[in-house]
Amino acid sequence: MIQPSSRLQADRLTLSYGGTEIVGGLSFEVPPGMITAVVGSNGCGKSTLLRGLARLLRPSAGAVLLDGKAIDRMPTREVARHLGLLPQAPSAPEGLTVGDLVARGRQPHQSWLRQWSPEDEDVVAQALCWTDMLDSADRRLEDLSGGQRQRAWISMALAQGTDLLLLDEPTTYLDLAHAVDVLDLVERLRDDHGRTVVMVLHDLNLAARYADVLVAMKDGRILAQGHPGDILTSELLFEVFGLSARLIEDPVSGRPLVVPLGGSRAARRPAPA
Amino acid sequence: MSAGPARAGPARPAVPGRNPLRIGPVSGVWHPRTAAVCAALLLVSAVLMCLGATRGDFPLPLTDVLRVLGGGGEELDRVVVLELRLPRAAAGALVGFALGMAGAITQAVARNPLASPDLLGISAGAGAGAVTLIVLGGAAGPLALLGVPAAALVGALGAALLVYLLAWRDGIDGLRLALIGLAIAGLGTSLTTYLLLRANLTEATQATVWLTGSLNGRAWDSVLPLAVVVLAVLAAAPVFGPRLAALQLGYDTARSLGRRVQLGMALLVAAAVVLAAGATAAAGPVAFVALAAPQIALRLLGRAAPPPVTAGLTGAALVLAADLLARTALPVELPVGIVTAALGAPYLIHLLVAANRRSNA
Repeated sequence: MIQPSSRLQADRLTLSYGGTEIVGGLSFEVPPGMITAVVGSNGCGKSTLLRGLARLLRPSAGAVLLDGKAIDRMPTREVARHLGLLPQAPSAPEGLTVGDLVARGRQPHQSWLRQWSPEDEDVVAQALCWTDMLDSADRRLEDLSGGQRQRAWISMALAQGTDLLLLDEPTTYLDLAHAVDVLDLVERLRDDHGRTVVMVLHDLNLAARYADVLVAMKDGRILAQGHPGDILTSELLFEVFGLSARLIEDPVSGRPLVVPLGGSRAARRPAPA
Repeated sequence: MSAGPARAGPARPAVPGRNPLRIGPVSGVWHPRTAAVCAALLLVSAVLMCLGATRGDFPLPLTDVLRVLGGGGEELDRVVVLELRLPRAAAGALVGFALGMAGAITQAVARNPLASPDLLGISAGAGAGAVTLIVLGGAAGPLALLGVPAAALVGALGAALLVYLLAWRDGIDGLRLALIGLAIAGLGTSLTTYLLLRANLTEATQATVWLTGSLNGRAWDSVLPLAVVVLAVLAAAPVFGPRLAALQLGYDTARSLGRRVQLGMALLVAAAVVLAAGATAAAGPVAFVALAAPQIALRLLGRAAPPPVTAGLTGAALVLAADLLARTALPVELPVGIVTAALGAPYLIHLLVAANRRSNA
């Protein structure tokens, strides 16, 4: 069997905001068919990297390559047919229904005359089925729980029909049950529907639990990348987050579980796990 | 991998709330409530136009108006209805439609229910243009030949262009656009006030009437240009409709849906500016319609961000009703702008209070 190659890559990518370099000369290949979680402390450039990969930021040097082509030289619409994005804390006008939101995911495939073809309807219904939101299609977004709302937004990105999905902190503002609900959905998208997912996550334990590949960033660079069980060490946690923690085995998944030492002991180097 | 979720198995369930409307390669969605609301608004507007045509120095019974509209009637009645009353009614409907539509687009682009094309400097620019002509143009100079509507149009488009250029910094942002717009509107209003202070009594009276917004004495020649503008924007609706829908979800989402944000913003702002400037050139700045019509339409439809066409129909009914009221409420005839302002000001206060309550909740 031929090993599938990465469709999305960062090649010596440098990203800046108003002259300030946030991500510096970073190279990275998005592993196909897997869930990649990018972690790091606030301001480490993880969201900026995701925005760069999604073509929301123009590189100040280097490039993002989609199927080998520089993404910032591709038409916006063409990119939207291959790459779906869920921005951080997206907002919709008051009163918008789930169905109308998800239908907007079809925009990259539509034309002046074609606004709701049978194929559009099929794909939107399918996306809503996958996220278990079909029965809520005519409900308003503001009447939903946080978890349902996030599933609606993910449905919109799914309706774009792209193999690649970029999710910027999809679990922010969600309580643990809803966060797990959303990440279970991400897992299903990988397993049942062959999607490649890159997401920025705040919660280290959820990242370690769900990611096939964990990318730890600091100061706009990648410090470590690999399976959570291989790369997560207390030294890495201290280096990336300045966090003193012990790692134990998650009794459910067998993945590493981060237990912060906290309190007055936080300043000391932890004992090896 | 497929271009979308695989199409397998039996027929997929329809998406609730999105009824397909398909003819050949053309496809869309229709909402029964939107269709019903639009039909009702059209009917109300038609009734108001007929009622409006009965009023004036030469009152006509409704039956006579209907007879004329049916192609019959006496010669005198025909002249009164077709040459005097109908242009005024048509002007009112078109002005309301254009303002309502411009308001809906502006509110969607600015993502703010309190936004209106006035935030783009339209009214202030049009006022400055019109008053400049009235006061400095004199009775016969080359400026006077331009005509007040054309001067208003030039002022409105000039102000909007200035706002857009000054707000440009690697692109346009809704909030920055509104702030620059406020500043330019202030500048235009100051210019108008300065000119009014220099004007003689006749000019000042003429200018003040224009600045209030009036449909009085509008003939077909002031209706036609606006009708062309409205039809042109309606024809372009398939171009800007989806862009509006994408931009409502925020710039990042719009771009990830394959939309070029700056191009979309430019198209939408241009559509709103042309509509509002056309309406203002035809009737003067009729206050509050652009602000209120989309919000009323929103409540009639009970769904997000009213389609600009529904907001336009709401605006048309609103202006026609206000004009009828302006001509019947008091023994003297009032300019329509006074009525819309009198009704609109309390409504704006209500919106502000409601928005304030929501943000404190």
